[in-house]
Amino acid sequence: MQGLIELLQQYNVLAAFWMTIRLTLISAVGALVLGTIIAVMRVSPVPVLQRFATTYVTLVRNTPLTLIVTFCVLGLYLFMNVRLLPPSVDPKAQLFTWAVVALTIYHATFVAEGIRSGINTVPQGQAEASRAIGLNFGQVLGQVVLPQAMRAAITPLGNTFIALTKNTTVVSAVGVAEASYLMKNMIEFSPQLLFAIFFLMALGFVILTLPAGLFFSWASAKWRVQR
Amino acid sequence: MSAAQATVLFDAPGPRAKARNRLLSILGTVLILALVGGLVYGLRGQLTGAKWVPFLRPDTWVSYLLPGVLNTLQAAVLSVVTASVLGLGLALGRMSFNRPLSVLCTVLIEFFRAVPVLMMMLFVYFLTIFVPVIANLFPGPLVQLKPLVAVVAGLTFYNSAVIAELLRSGVGSLPRGQTEAGLGIGMSIGQTRRLILLPQAITAMLPALVSQLVVIVKDSALGYIISYPELLRSSQTLASRWSNSIAAFLVAAALFILLNWSLTRLAGFLEGRGRARQAGRMVQLEEIDVNAVDRGVPRGL
Repeated sequence: MQGLIELLQQYNVLAAFWMTIRLTLISAVGALVLGTIIAVMRVSPVPVLQRFATTYVTLVRNTPLTLIVTFCVLGLYLFMNVRLLPPSVDPKAQLFTWAVVALTIYHATFVAEGIRSGINTVPQGQAEASRAIGLNFGQVLGQVVLPQAMRAAITPLGNTFIALTKNTTVVSAVGVAEASYLMKNMIEFSPQLLFAIFFLMALGFVILTLPAGLFFSWASAKWRVQR
Repeated sequence: MSAAQATVLFDAPGPRAKARNRLLSILGTVLILALVGGLVYGLRGQLTGAKWVPFLRPDTWVSYLLPGVLNTLQAAVLSVVTASVLGLGLALGRMSFNRPLSVLCTVLIEFFRAVPVLMMMLFVYFLTIFVPVIANLFPGPLVQLKPLVAVVAGLTFYNSAVIAELLRSGVGSLPRGQTEAGLGIGMSIGQTRRLILLPQAITAMLPALVSQLVVIVKDSALGYIISYPELLRSSQTLASRWSNSIAAFLVAAALFILLNWSLTRLAGFLEGRGRARQAGRMVQLEEIDVNAVDRGVPRGL
C-alpha cells in the first residue's frame, strides 16, 4: 500500500486518463462526422461515391488498428516527416494529432455501418411519403430519414464509442502518454506492484466505460422511434 | 442496405437529375483521384520500383512475411479455441442457479469486456517476466513463448466474454417450446440446458464465431507492442533491412485485408447455409397435415 501511494505521487495517473479521455472525445467527434459522410455517400444516387464509400469501409474495417496507427505515425509522421500542423507546433501536439487522425479513420467505418443499419430500420413508406410531397434526395435524407436513423443507431454508435475508448490504448504503440503507456512504465519501474497497478488502471477503464454503456442504453430507450 | 431501399430514397433520375448525377460523378472522381494522387505523390520516394523489388525475392516471403502470417494465424486460432472453452464455462456459470457462481461469472464477463485487450496482454506479459513462479514455467529456449502466451491470454480473456454473451443470447432466443419439451419429457432444467438448448445455441453461433475470428486476427496485431513476431512486426523487421517501411506497411495491410475478407466470406457462407437448413425445417413443420396429426398419423414418421 505504502509503495502504491509513493508510485501515485511519482506518476500522474489522472493526467494519463485525461489524455485517454481527450483522445476518445476528439476522435469520436471526428469519426461521427467522417462516418456520417461515408454513410450518406453509400446511399447517394451517385455510383462513384457509393463505390468509393464501400471500398473505404471494406479496406479499413479489415485492417488492424495497430497497423493504421503505426503507418500514420511511424510511417508518415516520423519516417516521411509528413506534418498535419505547422512545423512550429511542438512534436507532442503533432503526435497527438496523428493519433487522433488514425483513430478517426478506423472508427469512422464502424460509425458508417451503424448509421447504415439505422437507415435500414426506417420504413420505406417514410422515404416514399417524403418524395411524394416533393422533397429531393438531400431533404429526404436530411429531414426525414437521417433523424430517425440516428435515433435507431444509438446502440451501435454507443458500442463503437465504448470500443473507441478502449482502443485509444493502441496509440501507446507510438508513445502517446495515455493510460496503458503509463501502466507499462509504472510496472517496469516497480514490478512488485504488478497486480495493484493493473487493477488500478483496469478500474479506470471500468469507470470510463460502465457509465457510457448505461447512458447509451438509457438514451436508446428514451429516443426510440415509436412505430 | 437492400437494393430496393437504396432506390427508395430518390426518384428514378430524369434528364436533369441524370445531368446532375453525371456532374457529381465527375466531381467525385476528381476529388478521389486528387486525394489518392496526392497521397501517392507525397509517398513517391517510397513507392519506387526499388522499394518493391524485395517482395519479389523468395527469402522475403520465406523468412519474414509467411512466418508473420503463420504467427498471426497461430495466435488467432489458439485464442479462438481457448476463448470458446472459457466462454462456454462463463456462459454456463452465469446461467447457473448457484447464486455466488453466477455473480462471479457476471463480474468476470463485465470486467473482461470493460478492460482494453492491450492492457490484459501487457499484464500477462509482465506476469511471465516479473513473477518468479510463472517466469520459471518458461525455462531455456521456452522464453520466446512468453509474447505468444501473453497475446493468446489477452485475446482469450476478452473474446471469452464476447462468446459467453453470444451463447447466452443464443439460448435466450430459442423458442420456449424447446425448454418446455425438455421439461415435459422429465429432464431437469440443467439437463435441458446442456442437452437441448446449448447445442442449438452453439450451432447458431458458428457464423458469429467466424466473424469474431476477424476481430481476433486484427487484435492479434497488438502483439506488435510486446514484440510478438506477427505479420505487422515481421513486415517492419523486413523493412528495417531494406528501408522500405511504407511498402512493407502496404503489403502487410493487403495480407491482413485478404485474410479477413476471406474469413468474412466464410462467415457469410456458413450463415447462408445455416439459414437454408433452418428454412428447410420450417417448411417441413408447415407441411405437416393437421388432419393427419389429429388422426394420430403424423406425416414423415
